[in-house]
Amino acid sequence: MSLIAAVRPDDWNFPLFVHILGAMILIGGLVTGTAALAFAKDDARLLRLGFWALMLVSFPGWIIMRLGAQWIYTREGWDDVPSSFIPNWLDIGAVIADAGGLVLVITLIIGGIGVRRLESGKSSGLLKATLVLSVVLLAAYVVAVWAMAGKPN
Amino acid sequence: MGFKEWMLAFHVLSAFSLVAGMTLFWVLIVVGRKIDTPGDTLRLGPVAKVGNATVGIGMGGTIIFGVYLAFAVDSYAIWDFWILAALVLWFVGTGLGRQTGEAFLEGPKKAMELEAAGQTGPNAELLALNQTSRGLAFHAGTTVVVLLILIDMIWKPGA
Repeated sequence: MSLIAAVRPDDWNFPLFVHILGAMILIGGLVTGTAALAFAKDDARLLRLGFWALMLVSFPGWIIMRLGAQWIYTREGWDDVPSSFIPNWLDIGAVIADAGGLVLVITLIIGGIGVRRLESGKSSGLLKATLVLSVVLLAAYVVAVWAMAGKPN
Repeated sequence: MGFKEWMLAFHVLSAFSLVAGMTLFWVLIVVGRKIDTPGDTLRLGPVAKVGNATVGIGMGGTIIFGVYLAFAVDSYAIWDFWILAALVLWFVGTGLGRQTGEAFLEGPKKAMELEAAGQTGPNAELLALNQTSRGLAFHAGTTVVVLLILIDMIWKPGA
């Protein structure tokens, strides 16, 4: 059955808007942070920019996305549905959102330590790890957007 | 997942790409307001290119996949109010975005001139170009238009 053009009750729209806007900010921060870290080489200014984009854009975006997700999940009544009836697209989105949040926090901790080490004149190795993790997060969230939009199965 | 669902997924991914690029430019606008040297201005160039690419993919993808869906999905028609509104807003956003790009290119152009002249230190004119209020106003306008498109796509007025 196709869900394209399915009619949605009006009171689902605002929670969905919050969810999507948060996800867009999250991905915007990830793209910015990843680009800055990738092109930084050893430039301290760009390395810091990459970290702070993840911290001040992606992380708030993740919180808004997750709050919106819970809001629309409850509003759509999925709380009352047995887990065996939850569709794959919702499972994929939820797993990636939550696991991604955990990885994002780890990324920010590693990046934060990396920025502190950078300011004390030490190597930027931890910020390279931050770059790798942010690329992984970006790829995972692209899959989540694909699943939430295309609704496989 | 059928062909139309794939097209919808690409349409939505394009919208994410567009907003990601605009978010990136917001970060560069904030950071650029304190930059007054040619070297630091030009250092942001590769990051800005990523923003240009994501905005380009986003603008192209949203219109191509969106118009396809307007014709392919039985319950949508290209003359539905919410689809016409989105098309008008898309063209307005494209125009504003082009103006934003032109305003923010002045800083890097000046930075290249200064570097070519061997001036690598702080420059007040470069700082003023990096702080362009015209560019800021256009980017704010583009952001409002994109938010209106998102609202239009979710609420679908008149559908």
